[in-house]
Amino acid sequence: MTSMGTTTFEVAVNLIKLVLVFLMMVQLVPILVWLERRGSAFIQNRFGPNRVGPLGLLQLLADAVKFLTKEDFAPEKGNRLLFYAAPVFALVPAAVAYMAIPMSVPLKFNEYTFLIQGYEINVGIVFILGISSLAAYTILMAGWGSGSKFSLMGALRASAQIISYELALGLSIVGIILLYGTFNLSEMIHAQQGIFSFNAFGHNISASWLPNWGIFYQPVGMILFFAATFAESNRLPFDLAEGEAELVAGFHTEYGGFKMLMFFIGEYGHMMIASGLMATFFFGGYSIWNLTPQEVYQWCFNLIGNEFWAGAMNSLLHFLSYLVKFGIFLWIFFHVRWTLPRFRYDQLMDLGWKTMLPWALANTMITALIIFVTSYYVL
Amino acid sequence: MPLGGVIFITIFIATFGVILIYLARWTGGRAKKTSQAKMDIYECGIPAEEKKDTKISVKFYLTAILFILFDIEVIFMYPWAVNFRHFISTGAGPFVFGSMFIFLAVFIFGLWWEIKSKALEWD
Repeated sequence: MTSMGTTTFEVAVNLIKLVLVFLMMVQLVPILVWLERRGSAFIQNRFGPNRVGPLGLLQLLADAVKFLTKEDFAPEKGNRLLFYAAPVFALVPAAVAYMAIPMSVPLKFNEYTFLIQGYEINVGIVFILGISSLAAYTILMAGWGSGSKFSLMGALRASAQIISYELALGLSIVGIILLYGTFNLSEMIHAQQGIFSFNAFGHNISASWLPNWGIFYQPVGMILFFAATFAESNRLPFDLAEGEAELVAGFHTEYGGFKMLMFFIGEYGHMMIASGLMATFFFGGYSIWNLTPQEVYQWCFNLIGNEFWAGAMNSLLHFLSYLVKFGIFLWIFFHVRWTLPRFRYDQLMDLGWKTMLPWALANTMITALIIFVTSYYVL
Repeated sequence: MPLGGVIFITIFIATFGVILIYLARWTGGRAKKTSQAKMDIYECGIPAEEKKDTKISVKFYLTAILFILFDIEVIFMYPWAVNFRHFISTGAGPFVFGSMFIFLAVFIFGLWWEIKSKALEWD
């Protein structure tokens, strides 16, 4: 189940799937850039890109051509190896971590079961947090390799910010781990399916009008986690790394063309990871409001009457459900960027260390206390 | 662990990135040195200096040390959190709960001391 498969067919499908998920991520980036530019124009009451193609949709292609025809520039005084390696490494952590997020119910085909995700990892949370925080290294590489003081300062600020919010990020999900008792993202989603129901003091409490999502158990954890992911992906209001008023453009001052685009893909990849994890931890992942996959499968089977196609339709419906949640969180990223101003650096550090860290600690302790009291004593 | 998949996609993405960089170099061409200023790092109109010896605030160093200390403490809570319900169901709940509260007390004392000694003041 967790390996890459036993037969040649299974291994081949799994490897192709990995490439497909990566290409999906890369293809989403221009669409998201278009969405962000149009969305920001909408928020600021202006037009945005609307000349190239219908609604400016072909702007992406025009941008790609522009990137391809740019001269390949590296500053003479920089470290060329680090300068060229940084954008390549910026791609890797985001994509490798995103592969571990489940996007739909597994698809059954003959005797095989294919997961709708890159690969399933038992310690999914630890893997994703560990791999995605490697992004701090790419930023430092870019800052050092450019040989420019603006890049270096931007890179230092960015890495100090990323490691500071790493604490609040790591601690804010301890509550959710306590709740579900697993690191495995698929098991976590499984525990959130169906209607709202939990055991307390030896009784079962349920509400049929609510889904069994993590946000109803961990509202504080949700807010802390989402805020910390903004800092991790270097987005406003935490984009001190590229505060253009002070640092020109931060760690990518010297970059242009395709190298710049690869940093962009990395940044958007981190937003995708954040949105996927938000959906997985607190909003039931791919599960549909109040329904379990078995119920949806039964409905599909009654409609179609073929096991494989009913399963495929089930997977598709859950994938759409995932995409809706995923899209909502990505949109919140954009909306916040064009709504809030940037923090000052000391405010940023104070928020991370003196506000979010104590709140996350308190959240962990109270969650542990409630779980302990409600499951230890029987009334 | 699907280690094979992780290694495969890491190599695939790295290759993809290197190919993109070479493709862009091939289609766009390398930057021609028409003047020294073009090849210099960005500077606002004055001659650029190489800044490898930029003085860096010691605050960054301090933040990194504190991060390592606290992050390890946070990571220690992960295995505890995963097994918490299991421990309660086997009857070891009060012991596990109590020991984590002692650990958290040390953590909170450390954080309080760090804030009090102004290790986190940026001004």
